[in-house]
Amino acid sequence: MLHGTTIILISFAYLGLLFAIAYYADLRADAGRPVIASPYIYSLSLAVYATAWTFYGSVGRAASDGIGFLPIYIGPTLMIALWWVVLRKILRISKRNRITSLADFVAARYGKSALLGGLVTIIAVVGILPYISLQLKAVSSSFTILVQYPEIILPAQAGAVPMREDTALWVALILAAFTIAFGTRHLDAAEHHQGMVAAIAFESVVKLLAFLAVGAFVTFGVYHGFGDVFARAAADPKLRGMLTPLEGVAGGYSNWVWLTILSMMAIMFLPRQFQVAVIENVDEKHLNKAIWLFPLYMLAINVFVLPIAFGGLLRFPGGSVDADTFVLTLPMAEKQELLALLVFIGGLSAATGMVIVETIALSTMVCNDLVMPVLLRLRRLRLNERPDLTGLLLGIRRGAIVLILLLGYLYFKLAGEAYALVSIGLISFAAVAQFGPVILGGIFWKGGTRAGALCGLLAGFSVWLYTLFIPALARSEWLPIGLLEHGPFGIELLKPLALFGLGGLDQINHAMIWSMIANVGAYVGVSLAVSPSAAEHRQASLFVDVFRLSGEAGGARFWRGTASAPELYNLLARFLGSAAADGAFEEYAASKGLSWPIERLTADADLVHYVEVQLAGAIGAASARVMVGSVVKEEVLTIEEVREILDEASQVVVYSHRLEQKSHELEEATRELREANERLKELDRLKDEFVSTVTHELRTPLTSIRAFTEILLDDPDVEIGQRKKFLGIITKEAERLTRLINQVLDLAKIESGKAEWAETAVDMKEVISDTLAAMGQLFKERKIKVEVRLPESVSPVTADLDRMIQVMLNLLSNAAKFCDAHDGRIEIALSERENHLRVDVRDNGRGISPKDQEDIFSKFHQVGGVLTDKPRGSGLGLHISRQIVERFGGKMWVESDTGRGACFSFLLPTAAAAAERVA
Amino acid sequence: MANFETKGQHFVALCMLGMLLFNYPILALFNVPGALLGVPALYAYVFIAWAGMIAAMAYLAESGT
Repeated sequence: MLHGTTIILISFAYLGLLFAIAYYADLRADAGRPVIASPYIYSLSLAVYATAWTFYGSVGRAASDGIGFLPIYIGPTLMIALWWVVLRKILRISKRNRITSLADFVAARYGKSALLGGLVTIIAVVGILPYISLQLKAVSSSFTILVQYPEIILPAQAGAVPMREDTALWVALILAAFTIAFGTRHLDAAEHHQGMVAAIAFESVVKLLAFLAVGAFVTFGVYHGFGDVFARAAADPKLRGMLTPLEGVAGGYSNWVWLTILSMMAIMFLPRQFQVAVIENVDEKHLNKAIWLFPLYMLAINVFVLPIAFGGLLRFPGGSVDADTFVLTLPMAEKQELLALLVFIGGLSAATGMVIVETIALSTMVCNDLVMPVLLRLRRLRLNERPDLTGLLLGIRRGAIVLILLLGYLYFKLAGEAYALVSIGLISFAAVAQFGPVILGGIFWKGGTRAGALCGLLAGFSVWLYTLFIPALARSEWLPIGLLEHGPFGIELLKPLALFGLGGLDQINHAMIWSMIANVGAYVGVSLAVSPSAAEHRQASLFVDVFRLSGEAGGARFWRGTASAPELYNLLARFLGSAAADGAFEEYAASKGLSWPIERLTADADLVHYVEVQLAGAIGAASARVMVGSVVKEEVLTIEEVREILDEASQVVVYSHRLEQKSHELEEATRELREANERLKELDRLKDEFVSTVTHELRTPLTSIRAFTEILLDDPDVEIGQRKKFLGIITKEAERLTRLINQVLDLAKIESGKAEWAETAVDMKEVISDTLAAMGQLFKERKIKVEVRLPESVSPVTADLDRMIQVMLNLLSNAAKFCDAHDGRIEIALSERENHLRVDVRDNGRGISPKDQEDIFSKFHQVGGVLTDKPRGSGLGLHISRQIVERFGGKMWVESDTGRGACFSFLLPTAAAAAERVA
Repeated sequence: MANFETKGQHFVALCMLGMLLFNYPILALFNVPGALLGVPALYAYVFIAWAGMIAAMAYLAESGT
């Protein structure tokens, strides 16, 4: 059943299926209903990382040292954890700057340098050749083996084959044709290949299923589960050591570490990975799913590797069968035809996926970053005058695809036979790892310059060539083997596998150490030594600060020149076709709200930048720069001017900060002013009240005086008794007026702080006695009984003697005024507590209701109603008394209730206590 | 955005944890004879730790969005 013809037919059928899927996806994309706008498709497309190396080579490596195949997948898992930040940044940068390839990214970052783009392309192509050759080897070997079914004969035993029957060559040519059909049917401005992505996602599923199928078969079909396989391996003395694979091997751990680091670089900088992860990404949010789905895929496809490896070692002891083929030969040995066919298709799938994406990515780079810049500079070709260049571009790409595959085949013939698959692949890993410092440095370190990147790449690549590429050729005897053993021209120190005497290391480790030292050293050293140009500065800022800059404006700012819109239009049309150019310009006009037709558009910085970005999508940033430069007379910004622009921008930021601050302060000040104004208005109101009340109080006695005086004047015949009475009233009112005026003046003095206060030791007992003496007459007249309770002696207080007398007079006269009319009784008590004196003055009048008790101490308050025949006070007395008492550190209050009399009390601190308090 | 930045830091921490887990000192601990469910210790550890890391990455990536 498994004849060569059958296998070939089925293979073509499978490839046809892939092509159909791609075609369908492209149709859907053109219709605006893209198939690939799904994070699952994105994640699966990333699995193009798993090639025939994974499919066949992992088992081969596992069979030789147990665990050495795993870092290739664990490293990427660790790197993918960093993708949240790193890949997101690269995605953002690439979208903003319309990056179309890995070389484009590097060229754009370092000042849109065409030279750098070309160098990256060369390194990528040469570096990936081993990888491509390994795919060819895998497919052709697996075909050759399968065709021999039911015999198991390895290709090496089949003898050298002539060119025409060389399967690998046929595979290369067929894959070239297939890839051309896949990826070069038209030019896409953004270099999206949606059909390709859909097909890749599909083939990721196919290869996973195929591997899981054979894995499950071996583990559960041939043996009885994982435990069984490992137990049998443990039973075999030759295999037991592999169960603790890192045992006693000094190089074991360092191998592990270097492989991990290498793979971390590879998952980012393999051209095919950059293509699917960055260029083909349509939505940044897909990253969130891919971050865990893709590592999960890698885990799944590795679960059965060890059982298959051990199964193979047990089944084919003694190394008769190449471990790289166990995945295929085990089902063959168990006579599982269908499974073997499925495995072959799975391996084919893995290999074609890699070849398609990798060569498309490489051909894009060759076209945009290597060939076109050179052609554009050759004035002889006068490319500027050609009306339509799309045909040329496509032709260059197709040629590149064929060339790359043939070179891959050539490498396979020259160097591929001698190595296991994994070793071949690792050589390519080491090559793309050279991009690590330059790219990672480029997105995080603004100090990385073009000169530094050039030197770093050259240095790293040279070391790579010398320590890996050349030894591969030497091992296969295309270069003298003496080179490896004794060094070039017999110089032992320069032995390719033990540079400067660093021997005993795995070949890959050795190469990585030296190439990284050279690469990073040159990159950092030269970047620091040579200062960058204005263009580099601008690009560095655009890349490193991508999360802070917003929009396309970042690019347009740094441009100055003159151009004409029609010329720009023609330029765009020449490369993208007039339909696409029309569309682009319309979009631009619409976004700016400008009118069409094109003659009306002004060719300002924004338009030029826009056109350059569109053009970059087709021919790469460096070439676009050149082309736009040819129609635009540009004034070069010197680095000072760029710095000025950047400085200005940062100054504006600082200035606006300060402005914000100032306006805050202004708000504060305004608020405070407003509050002060309110307070002033309140005080003003109080003053007005005071003035009007005082005036009123003054006027009342004056009116009485005038009235009675006038009566006496007008009527000379007033009888003498009446005359006496009137004069008495006049006198009393005058006295009252005098008292009032005095009190007002007193109050004014106290409140303004201009009063003079004596502070002497005062004996309150004496004060009270003196006051009683003064008032004795009044009490007798009114028949008021006075009861006095004074202790033997009291401590002195610090006060003003006259003022204290004034207070006592006030309290006693109030008491006299308000005590009971017929049976007036006043009690006066003086007592001493720990550190103060207390004086109480009680009367038996009609009392003060609780709600008036606070009011009576305020200015001009008078208790009682409008009983005009009651002698009234000014209303200031209590207020002043309280001020005086409080001035000396005391308190005054009243206890009373309606109908129960009132007791006015005050406290004064003793002289000793007051002194203590002050101290 | 603050959430985004702290997530970025969590991921970096996860990466560093991974480098520790899959490296010399800890790997050596498991490089011994002995098996878990029939699977030799080192291999069992590597796969389980790997799966654990992926689960942590899935949780971080998908939560809070």
